[in-house]
Amino acid sequence: MKNELTRRQFLGTACKALTAGILIPAAGLSIFSQTSTAGTVTQQASWEKVWKGKEWGFVVNTEKCIGCGRCVLACKKENHVPEDHEVYRTWVERYVENGKGEVNIDSPNGGLDFPPLGETDAKQFFVPKLCNQCHNPPCVQVCPVGATYKTGDGVVLVDQKRCVGCRYCIQACPYGARFLHPKTKVADKCTWCYHRIQKGMRPACVTVCPVGARKFGNLKDQESEVTKIIEHERVLTLKREQGTKPMVFYIGLDEVVV
Amino acid sequence: MLGFIYPNELEINWGLFIVLYPYLTGLVAGAFIVSSLYHVFGINKLKPVSRLALISALALLLVAPMALISHLGQPLRALNLMWTPNLTSAMAGFGYIYSFYLIIVLLEIWFMYRKDLVLFSQTKPGILGKLYSILTLGAKDISEKALHMDHKICTMLAIIGIPSAAFLHGYVGFIFGAIKANPWWSTPLMPVIFLLSAIVSGIALLIVVYWATCRIRRIKIDHDCLQTMNKYLVIFLASAFILEVLEVIHMGYESEENWPAIKGLITQVIPASYFGVQIGFMVLSFFLLLMARSKKVSQLTSRTMSVTSGLMILASVLAMRFNVVVGGQLVSKSLAGYSKFHVPLFEEGIIPTIGFLILPFIILAVLAQLLPPWMEGEKDYQTTNETERVTDDDTVDEWSPAVSSTIDA
Repeated sequence: MKNELTRRQFLGTACKALTAGILIPAAGLSIFSQTSTAGTVTQQASWEKVWKGKEWGFVVNTEKCIGCGRCVLACKKENHVPEDHEVYRTWVERYVENGKGEVNIDSPNGGLDFPPLGETDAKQFFVPKLCNQCHNPPCVQVCPVGATYKTGDGVVLVDQKRCVGCRYCIQACPYGARFLHPKTKVADKCTWCYHRIQKGMRPACVTVCPVGARKFGNLKDQESEVTKIIEHERVLTLKREQGTKPMVFYIGLDEVVV
Repeated sequence: MLGFIYPNELEINWGLFIVLYPYLTGLVAGAFIVSSLYHVFGINKLKPVSRLALISALALLLVAPMALISHLGQPLRALNLMWTPNLTSAMAGFGYIYSFYLIIVLLEIWFMYRKDLVLFSQTKPGILGKLYSILTLGAKDISEKALHMDHKICTMLAIIGIPSAAFLHGYVGFIFGAIKANPWWSTPLMPVIFLLSAIVSGIALLIVVYWATCRIRRIKIDHDCLQTMNKYLVIFLASAFILEVLEVIHMGYESEENWPAIKGLITQVIPASYFGVQIGFMVLSFFLLLMARSKKVSQLTSRTMSVTSGLMILASVLAMRFNVVVGGQLVSKSLAGYSKFHVPLFEEGIIPTIGFLILPFIILAVLAQLLPPWMEGEKDYQTTNETERVTDDDTVDEWSPAVSSTIDA
C-alpha cells in the first residue's frame, strides 16, 4: 500500500504534468511566433508606408490611340513576356464599322501587326486593353492558394513562387487579361509595371505612347492628371455588369467595344 | 478561330485532363450511390453489384486526381491547396473534400472485406497471406459480435458517404457554375446538373462493368439486378435530361446579351458533340432502356439493350463534360467569336487521356483479384448456350457473399 499513490497525490501529479505539458510547448510556440511575426511586422509596416496615400488609376483615351503597337512591344520587353508566344499583358484592339451595322474587330499579334487601313469613311478606332486592377477582382477571389492578391495601393499581383498553375484565375477574369506564362508555367498578367511605379516611374506602355493615349497616376492625389481627367471628363469602364469595379477608365468608349 | 477573340484566349487553358476529372469523379459518385442504394436503402436486388460498385469507385477515385495534378503548371506545388488554402476560392476545398471522401470509401471497403481479409490471411500461402495479414491491420476478431459491428459501421459509412459523394461532385459543378465571366458555365443549376449526370454515368458504368465481368467469368448475369439498375438509370436520366435542356431553353427564351454567343456555340461550334452525342445519345438510350423493361422482349434482347444504353450514356456524359469544360472556353469572353481547340497527341492530349480512361479498369482488375467482389451462388454458365439457358432458367439462387453468408455489408 505504501508504494501506491493516493487519489489526491495522483490528481496533484497529473495536474502538474498536464500544466507543464501545456505550458512548455506554449512557451516554445510563443517565442517562435514572436520571432517569426517580428519579421513580418516590420515588413508589413514598411509596405504600409509605401502604400500610404496611394491608389493607382489608369486612363485610356481611345480617341488618341493610333494603333502603333509600341505599348505592346514595350510591355513585352519590359516584363519579359515571350515575344514569340501569343500572350499579352497589354494589347490593342481595332474596331471598324462598315456602316451596315457590321463591326469588324481584330488585334493581330496583340496589335503589333495591324495592316494599314484602306481609304474608307467607316467609323474606326483603336482600344488599348490591359489588366483593370479591379477593385473587386474575381481572380483574387478564386485563386485556391492565395497566390494572387491585391496590394494596398490597388494593384493585383501574382506570387510566382506560390502559384500552382491551375489557371482558375484565367477562367475567372472577364477581360482575358491573364495567361499562363509559357516559360514559368504560372499565371501572369499586367502589373501596371509595379517594379517601375515603386521607383516613381510610369508603366512602360505609358512612357512609350507617342500620343499620350495612356495616362497613369495616383487617384488619391487631387493634382494628378488621372484624377483631373476622371473628375472633368466623361469616362467609362469595361463590363460594368460584372461587378468587378475596374480601375482603368476609358475616354471615348463606344457601345460596340467588347 | 471564328470572329474576334481576346489575344490571350488563343490557348484553351483547361483541356482534356480537366474534362476527365469531372467525368471520373462523376463515375465515382454514381457508383457509390448504387452501392448505397443497397447498403442504406435496402434495395436487395442490387446486392450482386454492391461490392463491385464500391471497388470500382475506389479504382476511379485513385485516378481522378492524377489527371488534375498532371494538368497543373506546377504539379509539385499541388499540396499548397491544402497547406495554404484561400478560403474565398471555390477550388480551395478540393483537397479536403477529396481526402475526406477517399477515407470514407477506404474505410467502408475495409470494414466490408474485413472478414474476407482475415480468412484470406489464414488460407492464402506465402507473401499473399502476409499481405492480407497486413491489410487486416491486426484486427482478426471475426466473431459474430465483431462482424455485426462491422456491418453496422459499414451502413453508417455508407450513410455518411452519400452526402459526401454528392458534395464531392456537386462541388465540381460549383467550380464551373460560379464563374460569372463565362456565360456557358455561370448557372446555379450547374452543381445539380453535374450531380445528376454523375449518377447517370455511374449506374451506366456499373451496368457495363457488371455485364463485362459476368461475361469474362462465364457467370449468369442476374437479370433482376440489371433491371433494377436499368430502372434507376431511367429515373436519373430523365431528371438529368430535363435540367440540361431546361437550362438552354431558359437562356434562349430570355435571349440576353450572351445568347447569340451560346446559340452559335451549340449550333455551329460543337453541334456534333452537343446535339449528336450528349443530347442524342441521352434520348436514344432513354427509349432503349424503356424498351428493355418491357416484358415482351426476351432477356437477351433486354440485356443487350441495357448494355448498349449503358455504353451510349458513358459516351454521352463524357461528351457533356467536354461540352461544358472545353465548350465554355471556346466562347470568347468578348462574345464576338470562338477559339479553336487543338488536341495534341501527347502532353495533355489524346494518348494520356486514353491512358487515364483505361487505368481505372486496370486498377479495378487488380482490386478484383485482391478483394473479390463476387458473390457465391452465381451460376456457372456457358456463354455459348446463352439463349437457351436464359429462357428456361428464371429462378435465381439466393445470393450470399463469397466467403461467408453472414456478412451482409
